[in-house]
Amino acid sequence: MTTREAFARARAEGRSALIPYVMAGYPSRGRDLEIVEQVLPYADLLEVGLPYSDPLGDGPVIQRASEQALRQGLRVAEVAGFVREIRARTDKPLFLMTYINPVLAVGPEAFFQMFKEAGASGLILPDLPPDEDPELVSLAQRAGLETTFLLAPTSTEARIRAVTPHCTGFVYTVSVAGVTGARDRLPEGLPELVQRIRRFTDAPVAIGFGISNRATAQQAAQAADGAVIASALIRALEEGRGLGEVLSEVRAGLQMG
Amino acid sequence: MQLPSYPLPDARGRYGDFGGRYVPETLIPALEELTEAYLHYKQDPEFLAEYAYYLREYVGRPSPLYFAENLTRHLGGARIYLKREDLNHTGAHKINNTLGQALLCKRMGKKRVIAETGAGQHGVSVATVAALMGLECVVYQGAEDVRRQALNVFRMKLLGAEVRPVESGTRTLKDATNEAIRDWVTNVRDSFYIIGSVVGPHPYPAMARDFQSVVGEEIKAQLLEKEGRENPDVILACVGGGSNAIGVFAPFAYQENRPRLIGVEAAGHGQASGLHSLSIGAGRKGVLHGAKMYLLYDDDGQILPAHSVSAGLDYPGVGPEHSYYAEQGLAEYVGVSDEEALEGFRLLCRLEGIIPALESAHAIAYAAKLAPEMEPEQVMVINLSGRGDKDVAEVMRLMEGGA
Repeated sequence: MTTREAFARARAEGRSALIPYVMAGYPSRGRDLEIVEQVLPYADLLEVGLPYSDPLGDGPVIQRASEQALRQGLRVAEVAGFVREIRARTDKPLFLMTYINPVLAVGPEAFFQMFKEAGASGLILPDLPPDEDPELVSLAQRAGLETTFLLAPTSTEARIRAVTPHCTGFVYTVSVAGVTGARDRLPEGLPELVQRIRRFTDAPVAIGFGISNRATAQQAAQAADGAVIASALIRALEEGRGLGEVLSEVRAGLQMG
Repeated sequence: MQLPSYPLPDARGRYGDFGGRYVPETLIPALEELTEAYLHYKQDPEFLAEYAYYLREYVGRPSPLYFAENLTRHLGGARIYLKREDLNHTGAHKINNTLGQALLCKRMGKKRVIAETGAGQHGVSVATVAALMGLECVVYQGAEDVRRQALNVFRMKLLGAEVRPVESGTRTLKDATNEAIRDWVTNVRDSFYIIGSVVGPHPYPAMARDFQSVVGEEIKAQLLEKEGRENPDVILACVGGGSNAIGVFAPFAYQENRPRLIGVEAAGHGQASGLHSLSIGAGRKGVLHGAKMYLLYDDDGQILPAHSVSAGLDYPGVGPEHSYYAEQGLAEYVGVSDEEALEGFRLLCRLEGIIPALESAHAIAYAAKLAPEMEPEQVMVINLSGRGDKDVAEVMRLMEGGA
């Protein structure tokens, strides 16, 4: 299923798309796959995290989880194996999310090829503004990966104009100036932000950062085509709560009208 | 006074392949705004006059270029001068940069400054200028460093700063920097981030370099007076992130008749041990804290912890302009071990009655190797980037431990 089809199918069912985040190697290699199986029935697309030692775009919950995964010695090649295992279970779009340094360390071409072969559909790099290295972005695209970049409430029209042409997957719109983390409410002004973005692209727009409950999901659905839920899922795992509970609440919030 | 104009970085903030802006998109407009403000005020006579005033009256510039006669005689080679940045207010070169950035912060109408610190020298320097300028100040410091550097933590608090211990990662400078950037992403509209070295996204490396260039420019004038020439034969400086070194390198690096510029990295327990901070000596190109640079990381790109006896050199990366100098051969970079640095520390104490910072002691240690191979009419300048009061307890512990 393509990314566009996944968003379109959710829309046809009267919802904004739900994009849950699972981190490779968290809470351990093996258990991560059990989590995927719990999450997949609710997901329209899936975001798969490759843990990084210095995740400067992430809040404390994802930092802790990354540290836990890395302490167990998780390697990039194992993350590709994890993507392969997920791909064997679903045809939904899978977006790998990591920072730029692991890509440079493995070598961009080898990295993109490894994850394309494993079954990833696309790539999210939160510390790479695409115009910083357009060459690398087109390498990813030539390897057959869709690319998704971030925009934020601080983004000027010039930034929106510069970033959107590189978003061949979807546009990841950050709900707040800040790092990842569950919040009780999202700021006002999201619909205006998304409208500003839509003037420059027809790619689907998803909201991320802060989606944690029915209210925040509703706010995201009123503004955009999809919502990413990440920290709230990891927190539920930390607290030993069932993921189904959080996911069905958020999915209910994503119902339109 | 004027701030210097250098051929690099280019309009994209690049030094060849190095530098750039690898940060979350949220920060890009703030970096664009900062670049614009900096380029404007860099030319503004009132801003420059105010900066010059505080450098002179508050920091105590110019710092002396002291002829180290005893050290020269002892080593029996080049004539050795020490650029006495240790005599600045707050005891190191750091304040040249923090003062300039704090003045810029005020001009931009921001009321709150954020900083990261390792051992606490940059944190103290930022807390100092924040007190002077009436700015709210938050300093992030690794929890491990907060424990080891209780005195500097107290200094920062005395100066009115809030010190926030960072519990993530290795709980040291690299993690404190991550946390400072996270704070900035969150409070980008009303806060100014004062980075402590020539690292971070563009325009930070260029800005910190320009503010530190006063050190190299003074050397030219002082050497002309003392030796009848602007250029020494060799300039030595220690390199962690690289701010004191860039201050003495950049004013010479783009000249045709360039002195030998030698940056001394911390070799810790030696390259083979894995416990070192040899970002150039043993690192590869990578991205950390917003810039492409030489960096220590494993095969998967996970950042490796750095090690040095001196907290100020204990950083896994090095500024993009140094990375460029190294790649292009404009400067040389060498390593000095913990043990050699301690030897350099003792040497300067005993011969010149100057207690150097452990960081600066790395440069002294390399001078002790190089000077004897040079001719008596040749001139070597060592940037004595800071004083060693802060290190006395640590050195005592190491010496009593039989080091």
